[in-house]
Amino acid sequence: MSIDTETARRVAHLARIAVKDDELPALARELSGILTFMEQLNEVDVEGVEPMTSVTPMRLKRREDVVTDGGMQDRILANAPDAREGFFAVPKVVE
Amino acid sequence: MSQPNQLTIAAARDALRKGEITSVELTEACLAAIEAAGALNAFVHPTPEIAMDRARAADARIAAGEAPAMCGVPVGIKDLFCTQGVPSQAASRILDGFRPEYESTVTAQLRDAGAVMLGKLNMDEFAMGSSNETSTYGNAVNPWRRGGDDTPLTPGGSSGGSAAAVAADLCLAATGTDTGGSIRQPAAFTGIVGLKPTYGRCSRWGIVAFASSLDQAGPMTRTVRDAAIMLGAMAGPDPKDSTSADIPVPDFEAALTGDIRGKRIGIPREYRMEGMPAEIEALWHQGAEMLKDAGAEIVDISLPHTKYALPAYYVIAPAEASSNLARYDGVRYGHRATLAQGDGIVEMYEKTRAEGFGKEVQRRVMIGTYVLSAGFYDAYYNRARKVRALIKRDFDTVFADGIDAILTPATPSAAFGLGEMADADPVQMYLNDVFTVTVNLAGLPGIAVPAGLDRQGLPLGLQLIGKPWDEAGLLTHAHVLEQAAGFVSKPAKWW
Repeated sequence: MSIDTETARRVAHLARIAVKDDELPALARELSGILTFMEQLNEVDVEGVEPMTSVTPMRLKRREDVVTDGGMQDRILANAPDAREGFFAVPKVVE
Repeated sequence: MSQPNQLTIAAARDALRKGEITSVELTEACLAAIEAAGALNAFVHPTPEIAMDRARAADARIAAGEAPAMCGVPVGIKDLFCTQGVPSQAASRILDGFRPEYESTVTAQLRDAGAVMLGKLNMDEFAMGSSNETSTYGNAVNPWRRGGDDTPLTPGGSSGGSAAAVAADLCLAATGTDTGGSIRQPAAFTGIVGLKPTYGRCSRWGIVAFASSLDQAGPMTRTVRDAAIMLGAMAGPDPKDSTSADIPVPDFEAALTGDIRGKRIGIPREYRMEGMPAEIEALWHQGAEMLKDAGAEIVDISLPHTKYALPAYYVIAPAEASSNLARYDGVRYGHRATLAQGDGIVEMYEKTRAEGFGKEVQRRVMIGTYVLSAGFYDAYYNRARKVRALIKRDFDTVFADGIDAILTPATPSAAFGLGEMADADPVQMYLNDVFTVTVNLAGLPGIAVPAGLDRQGLPLGLQLIGKPWDEAGLLTHAHVLEQAAGFVSKPAKWW
């Protein structure tokens, strides 16, 4: 599977990483190289094999659905690049 | 007598309990060594004040006679662990200035056991790398050099700062994390011991996540005994990590009996890679002979899917990383790009992540995004998870057939020069993980033990792989190997 420049652009956007137009061809080549390496997996007979979810067969633990934590707005906002009036601030969202 | 900073954990513990040394003296010696080792770029955020406070508290606790083994022992902490109030940025620009409001479970357990944190250690960005060259702090440097040659060498990665610091006696031990070999490969490159426990043995809570189904924290130490002692303080169930195992932590040090008579050691034929250096092949053979001399039986085994471990890993790990790293969006912590007039939230995400993530991290996030995207999910991600199941089945089969531990080389080469791989294709760097990555995919414990020097005077390691939850048995074998190999070399001090 080879990745072209348009696919590289689409993947970069899906990953929310800005890539300049003139860097797309090199990126496409790198990603193609890695995918070629992965294609060895096609040699393996995986018929009837369940995809692994967890190395140790386990049922995830459950706990009572109650509030165990909270009331620490200041600490949660302490590392925010832009926090105002008790909220995280972001640029205008226009969809 | 050796300098205080050169002691093993076991020796320091015994000396502290006998009152022959204080934690303050140990800590001061380490802080002085760190101060003088700027050239190694191992400690990137030293915390001398915290260290001295904890050392004084440890001395008081030891004097009161109720001190656990790690009490008063100065250690370094990989930058991947969140440490309250202390910069914790996974060696990434995107976490510039981040000071967590909380402490990871593993570092909290070490702190509560009385261990003294000296500071944060360099690493590859988000633990993605095998040479510590992807760090925002710049390269960590291996204290070892080739004989008669000043070329700076990599300490390996991703726990490169941890490995360099332990090998150069800047701390008695360090924490590492291992997703594909990130404890064991740097340990082998620097002549120290590195243990990756069974997946679920140590809590992942508060450790910056790379690939959650593979990540595991472990000790990096000068001896196998020290690894046993330190793992005891790091391990255990944690209600905050639902994948941490609810099983008791044994006394790992008590397992170091030296007795492996009648144990069966597997030598997997698929690990005999084409182009493997003769020195590594010879060392592997010697290691098997040592275990045989100690009374173990050497058995030729097959792990038929070994060849597919690396490609499966380089699908699964980036897939999980692309999901885990989605949280770095410039909103809640870390770096946010300066925006242009009219930029909206998508531009904020895209610019922030382009500026904040280095090249290798970007590459892996994009690969992960691609293999998880509609239309490719089955062809790549699900297929890789099926191959992973087969890799685990290979190990299950040999253990069910009565194999107690598996012996392999730790790395396909000795430490290479910093910058030597700069022009290589990314896949070439990935090949460093060829002997270690299977262990993560199968969730097994693995340990790198220094076993010899190559012709150029650089350390080489051997790896032992154990049964799930049998770190005690694994450490027994590793201890025998360590004693038989008698590796005592230290790097000549140039820094």
